Amino acid sequence: MTNEVLVKDKDIVVPGELLAEGMGNLPGQGTYRDGEKILAARLGLVQVDGRTIKLKQLAGRYLPKTGDTIICKVFEVNFSGWRVETNSAYPAMLSLKDATSSFIQRGADLTQFYDIGDNVVCQVTNVTSQNLVDVSMKGPGLRKLAGGRIIEVNTNKVPRIIGKQGSMIQMIKEATKCNITVGQNGLVWIDGDIDGEIVAVDVIKKIEEEAHQSGLTDRIKEYLSKVKVK
Amino acid sequence: MGYDKRIDDRKVDEYRKVEAKVGVIKRADGSAYFKIGNTWAYAAVYGPRNLYPKFLQNPEKGILRCHYNMMPFSSGGDRVRPGGSRRSKEISMVTKNSLLPVLDLSEYPNSVVDVFIELPQTEAGSRCAGITAASMALADAGLLMKDLISSVSVGRVDDKLVVDLDYYEESYPDGPVADVPLAIMPGTGEITLLQMDGEVEKDDLKKLLDLGKKACMEIYEVQKKALKERYEQKQGR
Repeated sequence: MTNEVLVKDKDIVVPGELLAEGMGNLPGQGTYRDGEKILAARLGLVQVDGRTIKLKQLAGRYLPKTGDTIICKVFEVNFSGWRVETNSAYPAMLSLKDATSSFIQRGADLTQFYDIGDNVVCQVTNVTSQNLVDVSMKGPGLRKLAGGRIIEVNTNKVPRIIGKQGSMIQMIKEATKCNITVGQNGLVWIDGDIDGEIVAVDVIKKIEEEAHQSGLTDRIKEYLSKVKVK
Repeated sequence: MGYDKRIDDRKVDEYRKVEAKVGVIKRADGSAYFKIGNTWAYAAVYGPRNLYPKFLQNPEKGILRCHYNMMPFSSGGDRVRPGGSRRSKEISMVTKNSLLPVLDLSEYPNSVVDVFIELPQTEAGSRCAGITAASMALADAGLLMKDLISSVSVGRVDDKLVVDLDYYEESYPDGPVADVPLAIMPGTGEITLLQMDGEVEKDDLKKLLDLGKKACMEIYEVQKKALKERYEQKQGR
């Protein structure tokens, strides 16, 4: 029996493309097995990890996942809490007890905390099999956003925008003197003076476009220093 | 005498000139165009997104909606009346049915994936071009798919079996014509669309299926190349 891997690391493959043959390899995320073959189940970047072959997703919309910090917009206020848009196919529920640590009087007007149209940074606490989503506002850095602007990026590129231990985003923050919050759902909030904001938007778009090139951090550093001189 | 020579000098198993590109509509979640001769199809995919009215929602898996539209100025003859027609509704339905076997939307219960296929100009074979473009757009949207779908029409003009009939062949005046649109999964060769307009002998139909599969496999390579080009270029390699 042959155990042949037919693709290389970092190859781009399309759905249905043959990745490997033989039972010696294991199908990882984004792949499936059909008899002796391992095939791609979506468009992606190949990652060969020992005997496992998996695909890194390159495109697609956000799907809520427990533990993600996301930026949401309130679109409904009801008795027991708020409903928020998550930039995915599924809205999320922010219940009263997860919203604030301060005491809320029974029958109080909830719009004094969050009103329709407010943007909040929140964390996904639970996702059911039906993709019903619960979010919480209790945690460090979770807050209501005031001012600034929100831009949309490809959710699969978010890790690159943040960088290793937040190195990339830290660099942009320092160079542009902006407050920036990146949500896992592909929404980025930027607040600062107008020139800084424009540079930050440019840089983030640039990172999104060049996300998979090596030496990205250095190039962004160079780009930022050039802009600053001007 | 019969149909000896095709009007545009093609061989019997030769399809028209094809061109494919992915990522052509910026605001869509996935998009592609596929051009075969003078038939151009643009496909845009939106979603998975929230689905209303609520009674349409399926709690087990996401649903797929396809919308096929010929633009008013797209045909060679009269202006096509804008809006849906009996014909466009049928084609939307067969497009959906031919794409669904490869799509896995079980990750997205209660949601919808919308596919819009627009045809700025047509000269026969539009449903096949639409399906081919839509399958690339769905892949570009990052959805779970077990394969792509490739599609082409085959048929009979008088006594000849040919691949990819153009408009003049479909309306050939001096003999019987049959048009067989066909879509397959290139990985397994399974057929997801098979229609027939006109009459074909049983043996001829078998030959047509072989011709069609061969052409589909070549179109599949074009699709694959277009998808890879889009992402390799993005990564600057």
